[in-house]
Amino acid sequence: MKADALLQLRDLRCHFGGLRALDGASFDIAPRRVTGLIGPNGAGKTTLFNCVSGLQPKTGGQVVFDGHDISREAAHDISGLGLIRTFQLARGCPRMTVFEHLMLYAPRQKGEGLFKGLVGSRDVREQEEEIADKAVGVARRLKLAHVLNNLVTDLSGGQKKLLEIGRALMAQPRLLLLDEPMAGVNPTLVRQIADELARMRDEGIAILLIEHEMALIESLCDEVVVMAEGKFFCRGSFSEVVSNRRVQEAYLGVRA
Amino acid sequence: MTTLQIDKVRGGYTSAEEIVKGIDLEVRSGDLAVIIGPNGAGKSTFLKLVAGLLRPTGGRILLDGHELPAGNAQAACTRGLSFVPQERNVFATLSVRDNLLLGHYSVRGNASRAMEQQLERFPILKTRLKHPAGSLSGGQRQVLAMALALMTHPTVLLLDEPTAGLSPVAAEDTLRVVRRLADEGIAVLMIEQNAVLALRHGTRGIVLVGGEKARDKGAGELGSDEEISQLFLGGRKAFETQRR
Repeated sequence: MKADALLQLRDLRCHFGGLRALDGASFDIAPRRVTGLIGPNGAGKTTLFNCVSGLQPKTGGQVVFDGHDISREAAHDISGLGLIRTFQLARGCPRMTVFEHLMLYAPRQKGEGLFKGLVGSRDVREQEEEIADKAVGVARRLKLAHVLNNLVTDLSGGQKKLLEIGRALMAQPRLLLLDEPMAGVNPTLVRQIADELARMRDEGIAILLIEHEMALIESLCDEVVVMAEGKFFCRGSFSEVVSNRRVQEAYLGVRA
Repeated sequence: MTTLQIDKVRGGYTSAEEIVKGIDLEVRSGDLAVIIGPNGAGKSTFLKLVAGLLRPTGGRILLDGHELPAGNAQAACTRGLSFVPQERNVFATLSVRDNLLLGHYSVRGNASRAMEQQLERFPILKTRLKHPAGSLSGGQRQVLAMALALMTHPTVLLLDEPTAGLSPVAAEDTLRVVRRLADEGIAVLMIEQNAVLALRHGTRGIVLVGGEKARDKGAGELGSDEEISQLFLGGRKAFETQRR
């Protein structure tokens, strides 16, 4: 076990009846790096995210985040530790606007307490203004500024995905689990978001990224982990992984 | 020979805001028309208007010269249009088998045989027949959604990002299947953000911007359009390297 790992997964298991979505997955994630997580459809990538973030009860195994065993922690406690995830199918509260969604995700808001929330003291207002500025900035970077006051139900599929990334940017994570953030996002915007993610990495945030867009994995990831059939299969640099013959056959599809 | 004729169609989700601002388009048997464009350009809304899930505020949709009743998805379906939405496109609590059988509900004929045909086309579903659709991976769910749409033997297939969430090999396979469907005579209208790959398999490329049609060209021709390439394909270089 590497001492410097930010996230350690040990023999992670998750069974749905007879289906072994995770069948003893073990690997570490290093801090301050972007790690790509690839594998064929059904390899257990999203289930792994669900188990790590506390949304899906595990059948067995251990998850250690920054030295804390979070295997039995609830989802909100895990996100409170700075382990934030996004979803493949973007979710949201239908009656809230884009702006409200972004505001909601800023952590440790002073106005959350009952007393301060009611009294609305000056420091609460000041922090709220700061967060609002940040939310507007995030929306601008993600080309969502023109829909800031729209309800999330008015957004297109791609815009919902962008909002997922926006919420992650607001949450100040230490480890960010991104589940196919670019599926459904226009390729030119994908490049801009990739720059955004690289900047987060440079600011010290570790990212674990499920993505099928290989150009993005290549340009963004410091390392790539490959999963197959609910297990760790191999890891290495992008070029090492894509030159693995079995990865080529099962995942990339070798072109004639 | 099927012809879907879309004539100055306009509309949106509310009467106040018009998202699709008058689009003319003709799709024939054998066409694999790929719609690309920025996020929020109105691509999905346009497809929903065509499928009858939204009532257009103007324009007509004709199938083989006969006008489809406005905003009537069921009528569109029984006349031969099948639509696969981007999200929520399967019944999560039902098994894969029941999903497929339900897909056949609105048409006559032998449901088991139609299901066998789809399982042959998409063998990945065979091993999952008894599992609830909600337990499928994202990619497998997309495959099921497409199989479900094909259960009615449509003449026009409307697809909203069929490769979103698919691994490279699965995306390539899916587009190959879509192309085969087009070659078999189905008229296919497909939205794809994976534009480079989609244009490689497609016969036509259509660009929507701000609810209007900005380009309608041959797929290869569109890929080499410098402006389009910069705006929507991640640069021409990306297109050419991937095309190789």
